[in-house]
Amino acid sequence: MPMTITEKILAAHAGLDRVEPGQIIMADVDVALGNDITTPIAIDEFERSGAGRLHDPERLFLVMDHFVPTKDIQSAMQVKKVRDFARKHDLPHYYEPGTAGIEHVFLPEQGFVGPGDLVIGADSHTVTYGALGAFSSGVGSTDLAGIMITGRIWLKVPETMRFVFHGTPRPWVGGKDLVLRAIGDVGVDGARYRAMEFAGGAVDSLSMDDRFTMANMAIEAGGKCGVFHVDEKTRAYVNGRCKRPWRVFASDPDAHYCAVREYDCAAIEPQVAFPHLPGNTRPVSLAGHVRIDQAVIGSCTNGRIGDLRAAAAVLEGRRVAPYVRLIVIPGSQQVYLQALAEGLLETFVRAGGVVSPPTCGPCPGGFMGIMADGEKTISTTNRNFIGRMGHTGSEIYLANPAVAAASAVAGRIVGPDAL
Amino acid sequence: MTGQVWKFGDNIDTDVIIPARRLTTSDPAQLARYCMEDADEAFAGLVNRGDILLAGENFGCGSSREHAPIAIRAAGISCVIAKSFARIFYRNAFNIGLPTIECADVDKIASGDHIKVDFANGELLHIETGAIYKASRIPPFMQELIDDGGLIAHIAKGLRKEAGGPTRP
Repeated sequence: MPMTITEKILAAHAGLDRVEPGQIIMADVDVALGNDITTPIAIDEFERSGAGRLHDPERLFLVMDHFVPTKDIQSAMQVKKVRDFARKHDLPHYYEPGTAGIEHVFLPEQGFVGPGDLVIGADSHTVTYGALGAFSSGVGSTDLAGIMITGRIWLKVPETMRFVFHGTPRPWVGGKDLVLRAIGDVGVDGARYRAMEFAGGAVDSLSMDDRFTMANMAIEAGGKCGVFHVDEKTRAYVNGRCKRPWRVFASDPDAHYCAVREYDCAAIEPQVAFPHLPGNTRPVSLAGHVRIDQAVIGSCTNGRIGDLRAAAAVLEGRRVAPYVRLIVIPGSQQVYLQALAEGLLETFVRAGGVVSPPTCGPCPGGFMGIMADGEKTISTTNRNFIGRMGHTGSEIYLANPAVAAASAVAGRIVGPDAL
Repeated sequence: MTGQVWKFGDNIDTDVIIPARRLTTSDPAQLARYCMEDADEAFAGLVNRGDILLAGENFGCGSSREHAPIAIRAAGISCVIAKSFARIFYRNAFNIGLPTIECADVDKIASGDHIKVDFANGELLHIETGAIYKASRIPPFMQELIDDGGLIAHIAKGLRKEAGGPTRP
């Protein structure tokens, strides 16, 4: 019986030879993670269970990233609660500003996740790790508490949708544009409860940073996971980096897919998701005249070094338009240092931007760039829901880092070629 | 169980249910005050205990915040009925004991109407019209979780069983 990569990883972690869509399994979790918003509730549930001790402290990663450096007294109290828990249980993987960054940028870059892993996080963008050929999915705090106690989780095996991108991506087109194109095609619930498997020559040509971006946004189509196959680029990324043994799984050639969508990259230009859904996409050339007040470059979607290089390439020698704020947020300490060493941060500052420490910050409406009524931001983040980044009368337009940078210079939404 | 309906549309996301700017706490009473505020500011102040939240496709899409079902439950809502649910919200609602049911006929029900929910038979009685709508029944595995009192109580029961003690506290 042929299986997809997702089915094979799930079967291996459930101790089964084979699984099929719809089947409920109990799976062993390799890496569990929580952040400063979701972990406090998980701690309450853990305490309530009476378990007393963690199943495996080595597999629990608590990364404080949403409202850090803590933005107010309440967020400080939440982080303190997690920090106290980490101290009490002597957790090896508790991270605060200065040691980490945004969870989904930090964990892969440090080699804590590898191909074939099963990763469950109390954060919806946990889907990011599928870029490495792993199964990864988001859950809530109580499910995280369950893993903290038992090391396992119940999962329903999803059907798989295959997204094939043919050809060669055009200039200034990256993983963000391909995934926005797919979400625009199937809609924000088009992959609900399903695995999204990305393939094709265009996907093979993408950097790991671009693949992380695509897997990261699987959730915006309702996907349970987004997954890529392991190739030479994956191996080059994890070799010498991954801290545990890893294992390569691959879909059988005759595996069953519930749907297959195919795209010709010759026809895909940089995409912009208009308010208020990530599936509300248009090619940038059809954006019309949208004046912007702010541009945000960063997040677990586009806060990696490749993203900052793309933005800096556009901003080099240019200035941000009058009355436009540019906020650049490197995704981790390592990305920050690399950008510093390459002179990218100087490019951003000289262009009139500000550089923030690694944080989720404005993406979920926390701080560091919250909008007033009527304002518009072009953002490399993942969601443009009503009020997500500030006032309910504000608007978010999602795009890739080069488009966000070009728009900051032009003062309206444009692609880099229009400058 | 009978309740008055509060109706919302498709793709109601977790930022609408409880905005992240309110997530500096996980206290249910505080979260309840801001429930649905970006869709209907009056909702939290007017909703009565036992009322029913009705929505279209993909209810609860977006973030994994368990604060979303917690806020809905703490606001007084007894049950969420939608054409479909986003998967993380669906899990979270079960884990915290907020009943969710799928029904294809939500368009036939208006805000302010009354619905009687028959969980066992998977049926909704529309009080105003007398119509009965088919709804989803809770999958057996998830019913087991509910019967045990939620995921953590289910796990705790397993722990007691492993320790050789009684399975009920």
